[in-house]
Amino acid sequence: MLLIHCPYCEEDRSELEFRWAGEAHIARPDAISEISDEEFAEYFFLRNNEKGLTYERWRHMHGCGRFFNAARDTVSDRFLMTYKAGLPKQPIPVAEERAAAAEEKTVETWEATEGDAR
Amino acid sequence: MRKYSVFAIAREAMRAHKGWDAQWISPEPRSAYDVIIIGAGGHGLGAAYYLAKQHGITNVAVIERGWLGGGNTGRNTTIIRSNYLYDESMDIYEHSLKLWEGLSQELNYNVMYSPRGVMMLSHNTHDQQSFKRHIHANRLYGIDNEWLTPEQAKAFCPPLDIAKTARYPINGAALQRRGGTARHDAVAWGYARAASDRGVHIIQNCEVTGIRRGPNGEVQGVETSKGFIGARKIGVSAAGHSSVVMEMAGVRVPLASNPLQALVSEPLKPIFPCVVMSNTVHAYISQSDKGELVIGAGTDQYNSYSQTGGLQIITHTLDAICELFPIFRRVKMMRQWGGITDNTPDRSPIQGVTPVPGLFVNCGWGTGGFKATPGSANLFAHLIATGAPHRLAAGLNLDRFRTGRLIDEAAAAAVAH
Repeated sequence: MLLIHCPYCEEDRSELEFRWAGEAHIARPDAISEISDEEFAEYFFLRNNEKGLTYERWRHMHGCGRFFNAARDTVSDRFLMTYKAGLPKQPIPVAEERAAAAEEKTVETWEATEGDAR
Repeated sequence: MRKYSVFAIAREAMRAHKGWDAQWISPEPRSAYDVIIIGAGGHGLGAAYYLAKQHGITNVAVIERGWLGGGNTGRNTTIIRSNYLYDESMDIYEHSLKLWEGLSQELNYNVMYSPRGVMMLSHNTHDQQSFKRHIHANRLYGIDNEWLTPEQAKAFCPPLDIAKTARYPINGAALQRRGGTARHDAVAWGYARAASDRGVHIIQNCEVTGIRRGPNGEVQGVETSKGFIGARKIGVSAAGHSSVVMEMAGVRVPLASNPLQALVSEPLKPIFPCVVMSNTVHAYISQSDKGELVIGAGTDQYNSYSQTGGLQIITHTLDAICELFPIFRRVKMMRQWGGITDNTPDRSPIQGVTPVPGLFVNCGWGTGGFKATPGSANLFAHLIATGAPHRLAAGLNLDRFRTGRLIDEAAAAAVAH
C-alpha cells in the first residue's frame, strides 16, 4: 500500500484515502466540437502509460476531497513529489531524483533474482 | 521432435530417461527473419506456431526479454470461459475455447485443459438481470451458459455457503460447463516445442530496445541487446509492456498498465470441483491439480510496472472468499505475486494493423488474456500472414478508439474478466 503526501493537508496518509485520477496535465481542447476524430481520440483515450517517471492526478477522497498532482516512478512506485492542482508540471527536486536512482529497481529476470540469490 | 506417447514413456523407463530431447532449441539469432514476434508468452509463441503450421511461414523469430512464459502466462489464474456479452468478444473467446478442447492433441503436449465448469455467483437483482442477459445472448449465439438456483449452485459446488443469513447471500448463479482451467506453463511450453519443431527461433534473454523504420515509415527490423535483427513484419505481443514497445515505433496505444495479483494456498486434498467467480464481491477461486487453491485478486488503481501490488487488494479478496466459503477460513496462503496487465478503456483487447506498415499489434487483453491464448494466437497469425484481420477479430481493431465503435465489456463483465 502506498503512503501518499497530500499537498493540501500536508500529511502523509495511506493509499486507502486516495483515488487515482489518471494522467496529469491533460487539457480539454477549447473547441471540442470542432476537433477531428483523431484529435478527440488523442485527448480522450491515449495516455502515456510511462515506464518510469509519470505525472498523474490523485484525489484525497476520504480527506480534504481535493485533486492534486504527483510525480511517481512506475517501476518502484516511489513518489518523487506531490504538488497542488493548477500548477504547471514541476521539475523533480534533485535530491529526490538521486534517491530514486539509488533505490533498487524492481528486477524482473530470472538471472537477476534467482541468480543473485545463489 | 520425438512424439510423446505412452510408448515413449515405457521406452525411456527402460533407459533411465536418458533419451528425452530438449523441448525447444535456443539458437543465436539470424541477421533477418520474415516475421519477428516480440514477446514469448502464450500469445506470441502460439502465433509463431500457427504462422508455421497454417500459413507456411517458418522463418520466424520470437524475441523475449526474460524467459518464455515468464510474464503473465506464468502469473495468471488459468480460468477459461467464453460467456461474454458482445458478438466481438463471443467470437474470439469461443474460437479460443474450441481450440482449447483439442489443444493437447494438436500440440502433442498435455496442457491439462479441464472443463470443470465456471460458475459466476449472483448476489442481487442487478447481477441476476445482467447474468440472465448474458445467458440469453450466449445461447442465441450457440455458447453454453445456464442459470442455476442457489440450491443447484450448492449441489454443483458443495463448499459454497448459500445461507440466507450469509454476509454475501446468493440468489443464483450462471454456469458455463465447458469453462474450466488449464496448466498455464504447459501452454507456453507446448507451443514453444511445436513451434521450435517447425523451425521457429525462440530467442530468450534478448531485449528489444528499438524498432527501426525505413524511409516510407515501414518497419525494417528491431534493435536488440543481441544486435540488429531485420524483418519486414513485426508482431507485438508484449502484454503489460505493449505500450513501451509500441512507443519505439512511434505508435501510441490506449493502454494502462496495472498490477494484478493472485495467490495460492497450501496444497489440500481435492475439495473444490469447479471455478467460482463473484464479480460483485470480487473473488475468484479454483483448485489446481496440485491441490492449491488458486485465488485471483483485483488490480491496483494506479499505473505501475512493479509486478507487485497492495496488500489491501488481497485482503479484500480473501475477506470475500472466507465469507463465501467458510470452510476455507483457516487455510494458510503460501505464495502471492503480481503481473502487469494492459487494460484498454473499453476492457476489450486490441488486435489489428497499426499506422506503421508491417507492424501488427496484439495487446489490451487486460486481466483475461490466458483464456484467449489459442484463439488470439491463431487469429494474430492470420493477421500477420495476410496483412488483414480475420473475420472473428475484425472488431478488435485499434481504429475503434477513433470511430467510437467500442466493445464495452467493462460494463458487462464488471471486474472479473
